[in-house]
Amino acid sequence: MSKDKGSSTGSSTRVASFEIHHTRFLDHNGEVTGELPEFTRDSANLISLYRAMVRTRIFDKKAVALQRTGQLGTFASSLGQEASFVGIGSAMRTEDVLLPTYRESGAMFIRGVTMTELLLYWGGDERGMDYAGPREDFPICVPIATHLPHAVGVAYAMKLRRQPRVAVCTLGDGATSKGDFYEALNMAGAWQLPVVFVVCNNEWAISVPRRAQTHAQTLAQKAIAGEIEGEQVDGNDVIAVRHCVSRAIEKARSGDGPSLIEALSYRMSDHTTADDASRYRAKEELEKQAINDPITRLNTYLIGNNLLTEKDREALEAECAAEVEAAAKEYLATPPPPSKAMFDYLYETLPASLVAQREFATKRGSGNA
Amino acid sequence: MPEVSLVEAVNLALAHEMQADESVVVLGEDVGVNGGVFRATAGLQERFGKERVMDTPLAETLIAGMSVGLAAQGFKAVPEIQFMGFIYPTIDQILNHAARLRYRTRGRMTCPMVLRAPFGGGIHAPEHHSESTEAIFAHIPGLRVVIPSSPSRAYGLLLAAIRDPDPVIFLEPKRIYRLVKQQVPDDGEALPLDVCFTLREGADVTVVTWGAMTHETMMAADQLAEEGISAEVIDVATLKPLDMDTILESVAKTGRCVIVHEAARTAGMGAEIAAQLAEHSLLTLLAPVQRVAGYDTVMPLYRLENEYMPDTARIVEAAKNTMEMS
Ligand SMILES: Cc1ncc(C[n+]2csc(CCOP(=O)(O)OP(=O)(O)O)c2C)c(N)n1
Ligand SMILES: [Mg+2]
Repeated sequence: MSKDKGSSTGSSTRVASFEIHHTRFLDHNGEVTGELPEFTRDSANLISLYRAMVRTRIFDKKAVALQRTGQLGTFASSLGQEASFVGIGSAMRTEDVLLPTYRESGAMFIRGVTMTELLLYWGGDERGMDYAGPREDFPICVPIATHLPHAVGVAYAMKLRRQPRVAVCTLGDGATSKGDFYEALNMAGAWQLPVVFVVCNNEWAISVPRRAQTHAQTLAQKAIAGEIEGEQVDGNDVIAVRHCVSRAIEKARSGDGPSLIEALSYRMSDHTTADDASRYRAKEELEKQAINDPITRLNTYLIGNNLLTEKDREALEAECAAEVEAAAKEYLATPPPPSKAMFDYLYETLPASLVAQREFATKRGSGNA
Repeated sequence: MPEVSLVEAVNLALAHEMQADESVVVLGEDVGVNGGVFRATAGLQERFGKERVMDTPLAETLIAGMSVGLAAQGFKAVPEIQFMGFIYPTIDQILNHAARLRYRTRGRMTCPMVLRAPFGGGIHAPEHHSESTEAIFAHIPGLRVVIPSSPSRAYGLLLAAIRDPDPVIFLEPKRIYRLVKQQVPDDGEALPLDVCFTLREGADVTVVTWGAMTHETMMAADQLAEEGISAEVIDVATLKPLDMDTILESVAKTGRCVIVHEAARTAGMGAEIAAQLAEHSLLTLLAPVQRVAGYDTVMPLYRLENEYMPDTARIVEAAKNTMEMS
């Protein structure tokens, strides 16, 4: 990396030279490209990853349909990135903490967030962030990269308590351009905190392509300046994502510090339902990416190795669809929260100065059953 | 009992609460080995260790954001921002996260943190070290904003802030960090976070203020007394939530009100107090409400800072104005 300094005086010390490792086990045809990791020997593990991806996609499709028919607010689809999110979620232990942005439905479901909760959230209801399952997982984070410092704080808390737990923080490619990203990464390195950052690179930040975010060849290499391990993984190969994230998590758990993983995938959907990607993205690009579909890839492998039959697959899809329909029904049947809820969760005890406003809102508001 | 200054009282309260509650963690720039640039955290790292009194990298967003993460995990983070001039990157974390974490998760997660920062002018500090921008924080729902103005109130209010289950911005008027000393018993007694303190009773005019300006205001009250005008002085102390009841009660008695703050006039906290006086006491006021505030200018470098900041004479003048009108 060093530039020729010509005749200038002084001396140079080589402080870093690096390669970025890229992991993949299944290529886009479902062909095995390397020795598969241990966990794949039990086909139940693979089926459960497959199911989780299918569930996520069926949910995704339903959410978009609900939005299109005016029954849901803006929604961020994870179409095409299911392997990344499912791989991350499946690599975590229950006691770890997930700090996601907004697209990681697949990871959140594995963590125990319910489909109804997620629909409530996108349907404009804070109760969707009161997860019954993973009580310590952070809710969706909309302000880009602002949750990275939270992950550092969570990891610091784990370190202070000498707990063998890990904070797992997911972010997009666009998020790596923010100062928060560098501040968090730097601190995680300085204190060797048990945190794993996973950049879910889908090549786009709304309309801005990955190459416009940075001149750096990879996003993984951004870890190097903080002397943190950085690597890439095929984000459409769920086996590889699970393997790499799990290895990084276990490294962090045993006290060997943080990691940054860049999961390479592609956003097959619009940015959100409020976006129209055809304004800035060529149709051909999208078509070219279709061969990388993560679900097809694992499906091909499973069918080809007689680990799943067409009939199994259909049954599995039907089960997931039924689950999604039930969640949608439950969501649609949930009445809005009462007006006073605006006040009731603001402080532990409502300050006296807000009592009059609460009374007013309650009297004037709707849905005050 | 030794007498302590305001900054020493801050230190006393931090030490008391760190001793009493293992979940209290202090973090910030130079707070550890150096004990803080104003010595507010002096000796804490020696007593409580490097992990609970952490010298962080120089990164304000990180300091505030980490505190949110720590708080969500059940710690009580007490981050220090070295000067208020450098607090602005934290607003993202405070407004978008700390102040709404409880609300958005329906109480599943909470954010009991106290972000401390010295603020205000009058110490011949460099550029960006003298502003008073408390109103920015007072505008944020879900937050508490507290400003002590004496050693004993610094001690009691900081204890209360740390014990409070919600996020608090604790702004320390650095001009009076060492102005007076008081006997402050280290008894762990907290003060309430939602009431004003009436520093002096009076019958003719209510003067409402906070922070370092309480000192100019008390001197003004002395001068007014010499001229036969009896001023009641209220230290608001907790700007959010605002205890308007105490102010309204006082103004009901005096019929006159002067609001004094170092911060710029427009959209300062004085505007909110004046608006509420207009809403609730307009018909009993004997004179229009007066504001004595910093100008709507950039806080000047120190050769002009004393002209920028309200002084005793301006407060006396405003109080007399209210007397002359009725
Ligand atoms: C701090 C901030 N700036 C701008 C936005 C508006 N915004 C929402 S998503 C987005 C792009 C994010 O891209 P990336 O990090 O790659 O994540 P992706 O959506 O592709 O998963 C932008 C600009 C925001 N939410 N937060
Ligand atoms: Mg992206």
